[in-house]
Amino acid sequence: METLELQTVKEPNKPVSQLSGSRAVLEAFVAEGVDTIFGYPGGAIMPIYDALYDYHDQLKHILVRHEQGAIHGAQGYARVSGRTGVVFATSGPGATNLVTGLADAMIDSTPVVCVTGQVFAHLLGTDAFQETDVINITTPVTKWNYQVTDASEIPAVLAKAFYIAGSGRPGPVLIDITKNAQLQLFDYAGYTKCDHIRSYRPKPIVRKEYVEAAAKMINAAEKPFVIFGQGVILGKAEKEFLQFIEKAGIPAAWTIMGMSAIPTEHPLAVGMLGMHGNYGPNVLTNECDVLIAIGMRFDDRVTGRLDKYAKQAKVIHFDIDPAEIDKNVKASIGVWGDCKETLPMLTQLLEQKVYPQWLKKFNDFKKQEEEICIVPEMNPTGDILSMAEVINLLNELSKGEAVIVTDVGQHQMVTCRYAKYKTSKSNITSGGLGTMGFALPAAIGASFGDTSRAIVAVIGDGGFQMTIQELGTIMQSEAEVKIMILNNQFLGMVRQWQQLFHDKRYSFVDIASPDYVQVAKGYRIPGQKVEKRENLKEAIQTMLEHKGSYLLEIMVGKEDNVFPMVPQGCSVSEIRLK
Amino acid sequence: MSKKEFTITVYTENQIGILNRIAIIFSRRKINVESLNTSPTEVDSVHRFTIVINETEDVVKKLCRQIEKQVEVLKAYYNTEDEIVWQELALYKVPTDIIATEVKVERLLRENGAHTVVIRKDYTVFAVAGHREETEALIKVLEPYGLIEFVRSGRVAILKGSSDFHDRLKEFEKQEPGEDVVENEFLSENEKVFSM
Repeated sequence: METLELQTVKEPNKPVSQLSGSRAVLEAFVAEGVDTIFGYPGGAIMPIYDALYDYHDQLKHILVRHEQGAIHGAQGYARVSGRTGVVFATSGPGATNLVTGLADAMIDSTPVVCVTGQVFAHLLGTDAFQETDVINITTPVTKWNYQVTDASEIPAVLAKAFYIAGSGRPGPVLIDITKNAQLQLFDYAGYTKCDHIRSYRPKPIVRKEYVEAAAKMINAAEKPFVIFGQGVILGKAEKEFLQFIEKAGIPAAWTIMGMSAIPTEHPLAVGMLGMHGNYGPNVLTNECDVLIAIGMRFDDRVTGRLDKYAKQAKVIHFDIDPAEIDKNVKASIGVWGDCKETLPMLTQLLEQKVYPQWLKKFNDFKKQEEEICIVPEMNPTGDILSMAEVINLLNELSKGEAVIVTDVGQHQMVTCRYAKYKTSKSNITSGGLGTMGFALPAAIGASFGDTSRAIVAVIGDGGFQMTIQELGTIMQSEAEVKIMILNNQFLGMVRQWQQLFHDKRYSFVDIASPDYVQVAKGYRIPGQKVEKRENLKEAIQTMLEHKGSYLLEIMVGKEDNVFPMVPQGCSVSEIRLK
Repeated sequence: MSKKEFTITVYTENQIGILNRIAIIFSRRKINVESLNTSPTEVDSVHRFTIVINETEDVVKKLCRQIEKQVEVLKAYYNTEDEIVWQELALYKVPTDIIATEVKVERLLRENGAHTVVIRKDYTVFAVAGHREETEALIKVLEPYGLIEFVRSGRVAILKGSSDFHDRLKEFEKQEPGEDVVENEFLSENEKVFSM
């Protein structure tokens, strides 16, 4: 490596070595174990890119086609690997293009570190070329951000950035580095990882008495119900969670972000919560006597109408973020802490139990849902394909082992309803922010985060056209992504709402598509379009077996709706099956 | 739960940008800040925000948790009026000739505990420290006599129940000194810095 020559000079008062700010950034990345950077160069970040030239054997750089693609890529990478994703972007437009991804990572608690270039420090506030106040633009959508104007700050600031992004409740961090600081040489004394900041307590201290009170309440329950979110995955507590529900014998349902933390076919797994979740878990939320929420935040899409949400139940809420307890749903017992720690403490205090009658209720609702929704959706009577049957075939052919990345809309809900998972971190989707255009770049990022598994991106025709340019990233980086476009020729979810709540006034939801197979071909990605049922299985098989990326455009029913559905403003128990 | 006045006290690191991080917690929820004061504490690296809002206790509690969630915030407390000792400072600018001629004004000023900050030929500046009602009462009094300008500071408040605060803060700082603020030293040196 021809990067820096560390002069191990022994004499006092002599610098350990002189290093540029740019190199200090890359040294920090290497020390943090970063292997992939998603980025796009530009004027204000050129010194860092210049330094990167010498680090290409240690740091892989994925050149995206738009900075939004870079941050979604880093998010996909982080979500599939559990490690922090890293982004480079230039000042001004480069940085503002990150905002959607930052907001997405913030609300979905994804660890991402973004380094943006900034104009020279002496030009700050002068409306210089490509100058924008990135720190203030990104403050509401970052867990922490900081502007560096002097190179000597870089090692400590980046160490803080990685520590903050990845610890506690993870989130995005943005470090804005002025160009002078990137160019400046300073006395580099090495990189030390950060493991403590005096004003920051990533993990609240667990109060044992609350865990004991929770255990007592659970042991006394007759109809306990566990609902869990991404906290189980972020806390790497999948095993601890299973031990908990298995010992306690409690049925468990997931939020969209918690999906895949436990195998979908687990006997205690009762399905997905929320607006388009399963029938049983929604209805029985309003029937359980103790509702145990773990690593989830009672999003409005999960709770429906709050004043009619689980009013009969005592609520126990486990969360690492104290601000989440009592935020939306008042908890009878709030247990602050990392569920990796709190769950084993709880499990130890629980009695081994089973609730056959209670579990049967979930199964009865499941049967109703199967009869009215699932079976007809899986087996459409006409020639037109349904999204559900496509996902069902994908499950069958991928044996539930693929990582499925979804975009936002009807296809997302259908995929989350029907996808079967065996391993954690298999469902990657934009849950909180609902960012259309997320899936394609996130899938690219995921393909670098986990090279051992197939990455399948299921995307609607609307969302795909939002970040379609990232096909160029696939072409150049040779990422292996299987793209399934479920084309219903509509912005389907909005159309569904217009049909149900706006008297079928289909206002600007009729979206035209290019010939996706031809577009992909232009990017040297093979593909095919499927319209007939008899070709579907073989096409999915071909896609999965193809070495390299592949695009499958599947034409599905134009005006199919996603059911069940909790209409907005209704209680979860008012969920409609049709 | 009804709305009432709460005073929020926030201890933070002395870092650039933390004011904005705290301010947007209120503005995002469309909550009006009645008064805001930032000041150093007795410990160099620790800053203190005193924020007054009218809200329900439930909302204030949630706001404090959101504030505490910020990386650079050490602690946030909320208190009702009976739990704090507080003052606001007000300045009043009045034409000097009226003060000189109208005896009544002088007496009223004395009754309101005002003291003179500056006397010039054309105007005089008085100061009053006290509660909102007190500073507001004097505006009404002075208005007929040609009040020229009025300004009031944000609230500063001291918690009644804070027995060993000072020692704890000192101890905290001793154990782990805070970081210095890095300001943009290049800003005033435009011409000396090479640029492309």
